[in-house]
Amino acid sequence: MGSKTPLYDNHVEAGARIVDFGGWDMPLHYGSQKEEHHAVRRHAGMFDVSHMTIVDLSGERVSEFLRYLVANDVAKLKDYGKALYTCMLNPDGGVIDDLIIYFIADTGYRLIVNAATREKDLKWIREQAGAFDVDVLERAELAMLAVQGPEARELAAPCIDGEWRDAAMALKPFNGLQAGNVFVARTGYTGEDGWEIVMPAANAGKTWDRLLAAGVTPCGLGARDTLRLEAAMNLYGSDMDETVSPLEAGLGWTIAWEPDDRDFIGRAPLEALRNSPDRQRFVGLLLEDKGVLRNHQKVVVEGVGDGEITSGGFSPTIGRSIALARVPAGDYDRAQVEVRGKLLNVRIVKTPFVRNGQIRIDA
Amino acid sequence: MSELPGDLLYTKDHEWLRREDDGSVTIGITDHAATALGDLVYVELPEVEQDVETQGEMAVVESVKAASDVYAPIAGTVAAVNDDLADDPEKINAEPYGDGWIVRLTPSEDIDESELMSPDAYQQLLDELDD
Repeated sequence: MGSKTPLYDNHVEAGARIVDFGGWDMPLHYGSQKEEHHAVRRHAGMFDVSHMTIVDLSGERVSEFLRYLVANDVAKLKDYGKALYTCMLNPDGGVIDDLIIYFIADTGYRLIVNAATREKDLKWIREQAGAFDVDVLERAELAMLAVQGPEARELAAPCIDGEWRDAAMALKPFNGLQAGNVFVARTGYTGEDGWEIVMPAANAGKTWDRLLAAGVTPCGLGARDTLRLEAAMNLYGSDMDETVSPLEAGLGWTIAWEPDDRDFIGRAPLEALRNSPDRQRFVGLLLEDKGVLRNHQKVVVEGVGDGEITSGGFSPTIGRSIALARVPAGDYDRAQVEVRGKLLNVRIVKTPFVRNGQIRIDA
Repeated sequence: MSELPGDLLYTKDHEWLRREDDGSVTIGITDHAATALGDLVYVELPEVEQDVETQGEMAVVESVKAASDVYAPIAGTVAAVNDDLADDPEKINAEPYGDGWIVRLTPSEDIDESELMSPDAYQQLLDELDD
């Protein structure tokens, strides 16, 4: 028996197939993963993401601390509510976790880190925080719902108190605001528009029911994974981990190199790898033959070397199999993947595969 | 849970068999297996006239979630495969005992029914899995 979010009973009532996910009993799907996937691309779906770990940081030196702790630079966050996606690195430049940081006020930031890495993240953050006199407060009493899809904000707006509703609707992508006792941000993990709403656990069931009544489709971890894969958003533990540099996981854009005197954990090994001709590529693959690409399958680049699929699956939107893969350095746009002893043809494509309901690759 | 067809035999691997009038045997996966796999997206079928051994890998069904082998419950030669599954693998989810059939075998020896399960015995297995 794993941990349960405040919405566990709602999932069971909605017909969820419950699975263990990092020690949490979470919905995998509520009948059809594909239908849930399409609901998010075409209308609106909701995901219980209350298992994710919310950590509030405060203290006079909290900005200075975060500029040391993570590879992106919180100095970019000028306005209240603004969000930043970043990696937290170990001294070797490997990824301890990826996270979102919201700027709450001059002395406060909210971090949302992965559920499966909760313990090691908190330990690491607390170890580093000591020298900066920063308070680290886990907010386990909060629940979080992601409402995603082209109709998501419109359908979820009535869940925001009237006095805050217009401001919430006016939020730009990657911005959030405290709206009474909920924090709403225009962020997500699907490649669609939408909100992530952080609220007191006691409000979660009521909000879920209102969204359900409004026609928002409950979606499980299965659809969450195919949606994020189509959007080419990385999954911690699959696409990167402590042995992998963000530079070899397609996350170079999250590293703030300037100012060049900012000393963040893991900077030196990243600098060394940055201009290395041997640096592995992180690419999108489209399967041209029939079949399904899966995690850990071998990618064979003739005359160059081997790579590995880090996330593979079937794209319900494209109707073909796609993958993210780490492959050897070199200039090539075709490869093969070993599937049950056979070599299948794949094309290297520019990601994302799908964004805002539209197929973005030449399928 | 829908009722199991009474005219089929079953395996502990959640496959079903139907003995046809011409002596061939049609094979598919059960509703329980299809539901557990989730929406099917690809089926790898054997070649017609290929020989298969008992418990040999005969086909692969892939869902959005995972790939799963389908084992031959009996030895035989592949007499036919359900080509419709290439374009519409979800037929297995929709009609696992009908249009979602996978392979038809010509048995190479008498079928040992003691190795297979009656509808009642399979239902009992499912009930135990639910507990």
